[in-house]
Amino acid sequence: MQARKKYVLLGLCTCCWLLLYYWGGLQERLLGLLTHRRGEVVRPWPNWLDRDLLPGYADQAELQNAGGPGDSPRQRRQSWAGIYKDSRCRMDTCFDFARCQGQSSFRVYIYPPEKGERVSESYRKILTSVVESRYFTSDPREACLFVLGIDTLDRDQLSTQFVPNMDERIRGYPLWNDGRNHVIFNLYSGTWPNYTEDLGFNVGQAILAKASLNTEHFRPGFDISIPLFSKEHPQKGGERGWLVRNTVPPRRKYLLMFKGKRYLTGIGSDTRNALHHIHNGKDIVSLTTCRHGKDWEKHKDARCDHDNQEYERFDYQELLHNSTFCLVPRGRRLGSFRFLESLQAACIPVLLSNGWELPFSDVIQWNQAVIEGDERLLLQVPSTVRAVGTDRVLALRQRTQMLWEAYFSSVDKIVLTTLEIIKDRVNSHISRNKFMWNALPGGLLVLPEYSTHLAHYPFYYLNLGKPVQKPTRRHLNQFGVHAVIVCVLVWVSCQIIILWNSEKPPPHRSKWPPMPVPLIITDGRRKTSSRFLPNAAIETEAVLSLDEDTVLLTSEINFAFHVWQSFPERIVGYPPRSHFWDPVKKAWGYTSKWTNEYSIVLTGAAFYHRYYHHLFSHYLPSSLRALVDRTSNCEDILMNFLVSSVTHLPPIKVAQRKQYKEMPILQGTKMAPWANPEHFTQRQECVNTFASWFGYMPLVHSQFRLDPVLFKDHVSVLRKRYKDLERV
Amino acid sequence: MCASVKYGSRGPALIPRMKTKHRIYYITLFSVVLLGLIATGMFQFWPHSIESSAEWSLDRRSVHDAPLVRIPMSSPIPERGDLSCRMHTCFDVYRCGYNPKNKIKVYIYPLQRFVDEVGVPISSTGLSREYNDLLSAISDSDFYTDDVTRACLFIPSTDVLNQNSLRIRETAQALAMLPRWDKGMNHLLFNMLPGGPPDYNTALDVPRDRALLAGGGFSTWTYRQGYDVSIPVYSPLSAEVDLPERQPGPRRYFILSSQTAIHREYRVELERLKEENGEALLLLDKCSNLSQGLASVRKRCYKGQVYDYPQILQESSFCVVLRGARLGQATLSDVLQAGCVPVIMADSYILPFSEVLDWKRASVVIPEEKLPEMYTILKSIPHRQVEEMQRQARWFWEAYFSSMKAIGMTTLQIINDRIYPYAARTYEEWNNPSVVKWSSVNSPLFLPLIPPRSPGFTAVVLTYDRIESLFRVITEISKVPSLAKLLVVWNNQNKSPPEESLWPKVTVPLKVVRTKENKLSNRFFPFDEIETEAVLAIDDDIIMLTSDELQFGYEVWREFPDRLVGYPGRLHLWDHEMGKWKYESEWTNEVSMVLTGAAFYHKYFNYLYTYKMPGDIKNWVDAHMNCEDIAMNFLVANITGKAPIKVTPRKKFKCPECTAIDGLSLDQTHMVERSECINKFASVFGTMPLKVVEHRADPVLYKDDFPEKLKSFPNIGSL
Repeated sequence: MQARKKYVLLGLCTCCWLLLYYWGGLQERLLGLLTHRRGEVVRPWPNWLDRDLLPGYADQAELQNAGGPGDSPRQRRQSWAGIYKDSRCRMDTCFDFARCQGQSSFRVYIYPPEKGERVSESYRKILTSVVESRYFTSDPREACLFVLGIDTLDRDQLSTQFVPNMDERIRGYPLWNDGRNHVIFNLYSGTWPNYTEDLGFNVGQAILAKASLNTEHFRPGFDISIPLFSKEHPQKGGERGWLVRNTVPPRRKYLLMFKGKRYLTGIGSDTRNALHHIHNGKDIVSLTTCRHGKDWEKHKDARCDHDNQEYERFDYQELLHNSTFCLVPRGRRLGSFRFLESLQAACIPVLLSNGWELPFSDVIQWNQAVIEGDERLLLQVPSTVRAVGTDRVLALRQRTQMLWEAYFSSVDKIVLTTLEIIKDRVNSHISRNKFMWNALPGGLLVLPEYSTHLAHYPFYYLNLGKPVQKPTRRHLNQFGVHAVIVCVLVWVSCQIIILWNSEKPPPHRSKWPPMPVPLIITDGRRKTSSRFLPNAAIETEAVLSLDEDTVLLTSEINFAFHVWQSFPERIVGYPPRSHFWDPVKKAWGYTSKWTNEYSIVLTGAAFYHRYYHHLFSHYLPSSLRALVDRTSNCEDILMNFLVSSVTHLPPIKVAQRKQYKEMPILQGTKMAPWANPEHFTQRQECVNTFASWFGYMPLVHSQFRLDPVLFKDHVSVLRKRYKDLERV
Repeated sequence: MCASVKYGSRGPALIPRMKTKHRIYYITLFSVVLLGLIATGMFQFWPHSIESSAEWSLDRRSVHDAPLVRIPMSSPIPERGDLSCRMHTCFDVYRCGYNPKNKIKVYIYPLQRFVDEVGVPISSTGLSREYNDLLSAISDSDFYTDDVTRACLFIPSTDVLNQNSLRIRETAQALAMLPRWDKGMNHLLFNMLPGGPPDYNTALDVPRDRALLAGGGFSTWTYRQGYDVSIPVYSPLSAEVDLPERQPGPRRYFILSSQTAIHREYRVELERLKEENGEALLLLDKCSNLSQGLASVRKRCYKGQVYDYPQILQESSFCVVLRGARLGQATLSDVLQAGCVPVIMADSYILPFSEVLDWKRASVVIPEEKLPEMYTILKSIPHRQVEEMQRQARWFWEAYFSSMKAIGMTTLQIINDRIYPYAARTYEEWNNPSVVKWSSVNSPLFLPLIPPRSPGFTAVVLTYDRIESLFRVITEISKVPSLAKLLVVWNNQNKSPPEESLWPKVTVPLKVVRTKENKLSNRFFPFDEIETEAVLAIDDDIIMLTSDELQFGYEVWREFPDRLVGYPGRLHLWDHEMGKWKYESEWTNEVSMVLTGAAFYHKYFNYLYTYKMPGDIKNWVDAHMNCEDIAMNFLVANITGKAPIKVTPRKKFKCPECTAIDGLSLDQTHMVERSECINKFASVFGTMPLKVVEHRADPVLYKDDFPEKLKSFPNIGSL
């Protein structure tokens, strides 16, 4: 009896325990105890026991099938065009690519202005830029893109430049076609009090190139956000950035500054009314004034008088120069002049403009040049900018300058960037990648028709990173050499391209023919500019350009080539020339005298990258090339202008030789063209013509030349690699 | 419990009546049971308060143990996604706060199994392997927080990767029931297969209020730029098949089409291309004779010939990725893995991670309409570029496509970059493969500037006790027109610098800095007293440099502000016999270093030298009292990728006091030490950054037959 009771009880206990074990979570706890030592952090997301048994998120066959072939692509394209228009426009649906096919595929047409049409200063500049660009056509039939002749920049109804009846007038355009393939430039839209994005007329399927675009209304991949620029913004060239040196530490007198209006009411007042909170009078200067508008005194609050006083104490220009960061808050509209001003001043913009689609955001990586703040987090801004490290400030600041000079410093650049972005979309497989847009020298100077490969350009060698070379070998002749020898005779010109990829220098002229290398003769068509035509026969990166009467030693060529490898983006050569400003004539002068500095290296004996051939023939306007052809002169100066405008650096003169031609031998009537005195005055004129096209003087002076390391040293001649150079 | 108490209390009465061996048996049994019960009780009630309250946080449980939640019929349904949502309108940035690490905090909801009122689960698959991998990866990352109050981003544990396995209405209700849902603010949903038959929408159809969507297959009309994140469609083949990386280069086929569901219209076009170009194209399709199932997934056929998929992808330079009913394709991932350049033809498709990745460097995007021109377009791409694209494609896969972890981390990093834009990753960091990152150069002084002459330079003279020679140096330098300031670094702790009255009279400010220790590094310290960009480092015995020579050096530095500009040049050479680097001071035709006994450089490099010198180089230099100049040359060349500039013919610094000692033996030990330095530094840098050049800079009219008085720098000195 007793024993049975005992067993029953025992059994019960065991049962209880087992039940607890299985149902009460004891199992896991014990297991957990066994697998995890105490005090260790428990994995936040459990390592499920049965994780290997979990099903895949989709069946493999289903994944590969991708929902089947779908609808007929042709039908889909048709139905899309019906659905996705107006505010849902994309290039696929609202742009007629068929118009842009053919050889010269991308052409822009401007509607002729109507009689009595008043066009604002800024719009006139935009139109001029288009007309002078290489894409302009006067024939609407071959146009891919259309620009309105009516000024659409200012769509503020209260503005004096507001053009009424837009809808009606646009409908009058026979090619309007609901705006397809049109681009509409606009700087201001909407008016007091809510400043809407509406332009006051039906834009239809036209591409908007608009300042202060809101991300919400922005049609991605279709519209283009442009910066707000003032009517004083130069047509061409433009001022350079204000950064002349990289001081370290990079801090300036003030850390952060703002000087501008404070809105007491209305749109944008949330931010503008709070800016004064971060002012500390020491390193952060944030000044606001209520004194704007007609009846500011009506809305005046307690701060106004004191603020206005403080406001007068600081000068905006002085602050721009002496501040590391500049606040760029929204105004009534999202964008402001301040943005470009601080970019130019190398004052790193701190944006407080929520929802602003930044200018050219398609292609520019803005986070490398500005600090994107959040209006909601104004009070965090001081600590944020304080936390930005030295290296980053240095990088941001240089980046502001790079962007300013590449895309914003003139109306020309802004308009061209807009066109190039559209062109990149039209020919998407021949377009620039983001790297090209964001690295020096900027996207406008990179022509994707030449190549879409980064290594084909002279600018990116350092950034790309070369494969690490073994220390045992040094590549002496990485690029090989090309020589273009142009013979300029009085009536006939011929062009001989000699190709050789061996490390051996070309034989002296007297030894032709037999040539150990292929010799290609192309017809120069009696044009001086054809010297720089991109020739398919040129396969190497380096081009050595020589005149028919150039005398150069082989070791001179060798040495110059070596130097060029260190400076692939510059012209490296022998005959130096210089330009100067003549204050009496108020014009640029050109001199071939021996001076202590030079800014031009003639292409009669110089190395440069073959990409410059392409730039010369396609980037420069035909008018300049025509000038060169007409005068049979100045092509070398133009090349120097071009290269210096790309690099912002002087060319490089190597070794001692300055005279690169045989002395003129009087042979009756035949005289080398350069010995003609008229020749020289022509060159003077050229310098001025070129400078006016570029809008500034790109040439830069240099005070040194590069010699071989042991040049003319009192060392045994046997030691010298380039001993021949000393005999020149 | 009560049983045991009862039993226990009666225990003593029972025991005496038993036999001894039984007694021992029972006592053991009792104690085991008792202990067991006590333990049970302890685990049952006590530990709750210590461990985190959530039971799921325990390791090693089954997914089926997740708590069951019943969704009432009337439970609210969120609104459909608002297309105008942007970070500044639909995202609560206050939750993320300001933090010095600039990292968002991500919270993952505990797993729950949602069922409707009748007990049918909302999803046919429940938690999938991929989503589990994703959440585990996030919970293991720095982003994770288990503190729901500090979280900035919330990730529901409800798996919505594949819309087809979901019941849309109920899923939406389940999302809305999450405790912190709050109109979907700051919630992130991962979805790879959106839409369903017949119209296959391009974004997840589940109503989700303001939640962010990381979606695969967005079209430009559903993608909210700057808000949503476009992610790849993960291919489970990535984990199953190991495709070793292949050397980029031309492959057997030029173009390969491996997709099984291509619309008839496109297939006709492809066939035509194949007819025109023959063997260069390979058009594969499903194998009709194979049985359905796993095997068919891994096989492709062309005219009865069977190919292995995805291995066959490695045999082609370009691989076609055409849109199907869905825009996002798992094929893209396979193609990238194979290192084949994808030719993407899917109009309006937002490419994966297009916010940060530069697809033009890894793929060719062609409008669908231009399919007939595909061959010509691809043929026009230079070979070298194709190779680079192949490399880039493979790298994209490795870094951003290869696993759910990679996809999840990239998504979070993109969102992180938006919230802390000032700490965002750069284009280079996103797009350059690590090999390139390692060998490429992003110079900190990249802007081409020629600084104005006017601020001049600061001469930093390092001295110990050679006062006489120091004074001569000071007098000499003070004649240089562009000198702005003289800074004497007094490196002798035992001796005070001479009184002010004894110093030579100079026109520029002269400042003496006393150092705490006699270290060579002191010469490269970024003293606040250096107010100019240009620094001239000069030893206290360099008296032979003429004022013209120095001024010319400064002018050259202005044209090369990112380089070292110095006088005597030196070279490093590879010693084949010894198999290591050798220092060369012979007068060679080449230069890779300049001595800093007199050299111009940017003050920025002082910061780099003092604070960013890699490894223990700085200490090594101070310990050996040598090679600080070599270290500086390494540092500058490494960060700029450029060679120094040697100016003027100067080959050596004559050291008048050295003649007393046995010159030759000193020279030899010196050379050995310097060679050692080069080898040491090269190993610390992991590469040899020095660049060799064959040129030096001379004034334009150097040694020209020209009146000396008209030359800017007539007295340029000699060897």
